[in-house]
Amino acid sequence: MSATAYRPTDVKEEEVHVKEPSYLEDGHSVKSWLLTGDHKRIGIMYLITISIFFFVGSLAAGLIRAQLVLPANSLLEAETYNKVFTAHGVVMIFFFLLVAIPAVFGNFVLPLAIGARDLAFPRLNLLSYYLYLLGGLLATTALLTGGIETGWTFYVPLSSMYSNGQVTMAIVGAFVAGFSSIATAVNFIATIHKMRAPGMTWGRLPLWVWSTYATSLVIILGTPVVAITLLLVVFERVFRLGIFSPELGGDPVLFQHLFWFYSHPAVYIMVLPAMGVISDIIATFSSRRIFGYEFIAFSSLLIAALGFLVWGHHMFISSQSMYQSVVFSLISFLVAVPSAIKIFNWTATLYKGHIRLQTPMVYALGFIGLFTLGGLTGLFLACLGTDVHLTNTYFVVAHFHYVMVGGSVMAFLGALHYWWPKMTGRMYPDNWGKVNALLVFVGFNLTFFPQFILGFLGMPRRYAYYYFAPQYQPLHILSTAGASVLAIAFAIPFFYLTRSLKYGAKASDNPWHATGLEWTVASPPPTHNFHETPVVTREQYEFGHLVPEVRAIEESDKARRDAEIAAEHAAEAASTEAK
Amino acid sequence: MSSHGSHLPGHIHVFPIWMYVKVFIALFVLMILTVAASYVDFTHIHPLGMTISPLVGSLINNVIAMTIAVLKATLVVLFFMHVKFSTRLTKIFAVSGFVWMSLMFLILLDYGTRAWEPVPSWEKFEGSALSRQKGEKAEETSVRPRQ
Amino acid sequence: MATLAHHDSDFVEHVHHQFEDIEQQNEAYLVGMWAFLVTEVMFFGAMFLVYSLYRWFYQADFYAAHHELSIPAGAINTTILLASSFTMVMAVHFAQLRNKLMVMLNLVATIGLATAFLLIKFLYEWPEKAKHFLVPGPGFDPQHLEGTSKRAWELFYSLYFAMTGLHALHIIIGILIIGALAFLWQKGAKSVTEDYIPTELVGLYWHFVDLVWIFLFPLFYLIPK
Repeated sequence: MSATAYRPTDVKEEEVHVKEPSYLEDGHSVKSWLLTGDHKRIGIMYLITISIFFFVGSLAAGLIRAQLVLPANSLLEAETYNKVFTAHGVVMIFFFLLVAIPAVFGNFVLPLAIGARDLAFPRLNLLSYYLYLLGGLLATTALLTGGIETGWTFYVPLSSMYSNGQVTMAIVGAFVAGFSSIATAVNFIATIHKMRAPGMTWGRLPLWVWSTYATSLVIILGTPVVAITLLLVVFERVFRLGIFSPELGGDPVLFQHLFWFYSHPAVYIMVLPAMGVISDIIATFSSRRIFGYEFIAFSSLLIAALGFLVWGHHMFISSQSMYQSVVFSLISFLVAVPSAIKIFNWTATLYKGHIRLQTPMVYALGFIGLFTLGGLTGLFLACLGTDVHLTNTYFVVAHFHYVMVGGSVMAFLGALHYWWPKMTGRMYPDNWGKVNALLVFVGFNLTFFPQFILGFLGMPRRYAYYYFAPQYQPLHILSTAGASVLAIAFAIPFFYLTRSLKYGAKASDNPWHATGLEWTVASPPPTHNFHETPVVTREQYEFGHLVPEVRAIEESDKARRDAEIAAEHAAEAASTEAK
Repeated sequence: MSSHGSHLPGHIHVFPIWMYVKVFIALFVLMILTVAASYVDFTHIHPLGMTISPLVGSLINNVIAMTIAVLKATLVVLFFMHVKFSTRLTKIFAVSGFVWMSLMFLILLDYGTRAWEPVPSWEKFEGSALSRQKGEKAEETSVRPRQ
Repeated sequence: MATLAHHDSDFVEHVHHQFEDIEQQNEAYLVGMWAFLVTEVMFFGAMFLVYSLYRWFYQADFYAAHHELSIPAGAINTTILLASSFTMVMAVHFAQLRNKLMVMLNLVATIGLATAFLLIKFLYEWPEKAKHFLVPGPGFDPQHLEGTSKRAWELFYSLYFAMTGLHALHIIIGILIIGALAFLWQKGAKSVTEDYIPTELVGLYWHFVDLVWIFLFPLFYLIPK
């Protein structure tokens, strides 16, 4: 495939746009940004804020890796180390992963993709952002003024009774961010149900909208549970209302049940939007109708539903009933199936597709590989026998980083590079993007693959020292080396992307020749998105009118499908006549 | 209660006040019933000359109380919150919240099934799941509550 | 691409710009409100689960502990809340008929009843508990244990204060929201006088608060032997 950007020669795009100011030019005052109702500006504000949080979380990660280079060192004391990995988890999960793709790209692109002028509740959207910011500030303050050593999982009774850290403030921060999440989900649900343009049926939605919808359902069903659970921990600390307290006959394992009832679906909140974005990127850069649209759409809903039935697999070694553990183990195996369906469908889409290896596609291909590995290693953990050996070791750490970083973060970067031209009206240098994507891939594997081996060999997680087993050191050194590469790879896009804002080539409406209504408006879009409500007459993933190379194949595919349907009808008609 | 009220422009269904009054009276009556039922001690009723064990007696009380509560809730949801007259989507949302909440109650199954495969020596520990299920009351221990 | 003739929002003040017409706006608001209520169901539902678990374990102790609660106070509060639900739905009814006076009367009545509920709770029930040393914490000292476990009693009252406290917080928020709604009606703001949906949305929230109490009352006050 050619290394240069794809430049069509014979496809003319209709550029009949009235010269409206883009959303970026529509008001330059601070007030017009801070009090905006425009979903696009709110998306940009989210982007800037989550990037800052990602940076903070990465600093903590750097400290962790620096500590673990030596089996026993005085870089960090044990309690400080505990505070550092807690900070890493809290910031990355509550303030980056849960928020990144839905709040940045969901906010920015969703109304455009369904043909609406804005989300259903713009002021609620703005409130969402400020709640998120407030929660983040509270939690960061807690982490910087004393910190918490409980782990992001806040297990009782450490968090409720014995910890001297800033548990209350950190929990309140997470609680407030939870409300932000719920408000965004409510907004998305109302928008997707009620604000689709005429002709945009459920069957014509982009697949990432299906994923966003499933994610929003998970958010409204799960987040309140963790909210009340953490609130009860705060009640225990502040009002002495001991609900989980063993001294009162309460059960600490109940905390774990309630916590993981949300936190397992939470990982699907992190991964479903990522998978949705990948669906669209793969379709666009193969110029091919996604294979098995209904299956992928339905699998998003199935993952959301099944994801609520597996929380116990985080508790296999607690005193949980053996019989329940068996049930959870079985359902955990089942929940892998819809994810696998997606992987198979993406691969089938690539087959005989008109593949262009531009930056978003490189990230998407990396996602498929890394998510597959992460998902398969999850099966080791879902199996009761092996879990006893592997749980609370670095195997678990590697598994979830493969799906969350190799999965979600790669997808986030892919989405960023995919929608960057739309959001900013500028193209970034694609070669930089592709090379950086490869660097991320290499750095990531170097960081986390050794951790699978470490875990298998028995290295426990959340341990500041491993002087009892200095033979782990080479693997830790590899991991830290990888982390350094990964850090550079995450930093580089910041530079070429911000540089593109001033020096990048101006982007056309549809630089990737993608389907999707957002690609029919100017880059960047005007404030009100569409000056006339679009009417949708085409299926979502039809590329023939955009990419002439695939026109013939698409038409023959369509003809074949139509022939099959006609044959079915004929067969039915024949059989009813025969009766 | 099924008669629809007058129509206003914009397809608003206005329901007669009498419908709401009837629902309110029903709710009030159910409340009285539930308070009254709680005073009835079912262990002393002798159907067919049998006595009921205290466990079953209190179970009957619980079932009655919860049934009445569910009935009241249903009346509020259907009539005061207009779900009976809403779109299918609204009905789905209304139901799904309660369905999902029941999913959470599966947590109780964990505690219920722990005794089926007990870990030896659990029964030695005060407050462990096993000793509770044997019907012992939680007793004072030497551990002092946090002062 | 076809053009739609116009947007209602170009003509009618209270339709926001992102909506085509008032019907779409109202349907979106209702979907959004119900999605929010689903979160509230899960929120309180988790607390009900915790309660159920501990009641199952400590049935006898909870039975003994609940005697200190005043059933008359609970029953009166239940009636008050049911009545407030009635006045609230009346307010919605009159909002549909655009009868400003009756709407205001019913909203004020709802607030009044809600306040009565809170007064009974905060000026009678809770102080009574404090008087009898039933507030969890270092001063917890129940007088009528009669062989049951002090730990389980403390658990019962922890749950009692946590759940009724959260419920009361929702009532306070409800009073504020209904007050804001009444203020808008008083001003004659078109967003509430021309369209009954905002009043209906507030009503949905209020009925939910009533729903929680419908379950709280029998679970705490009417524990069988």
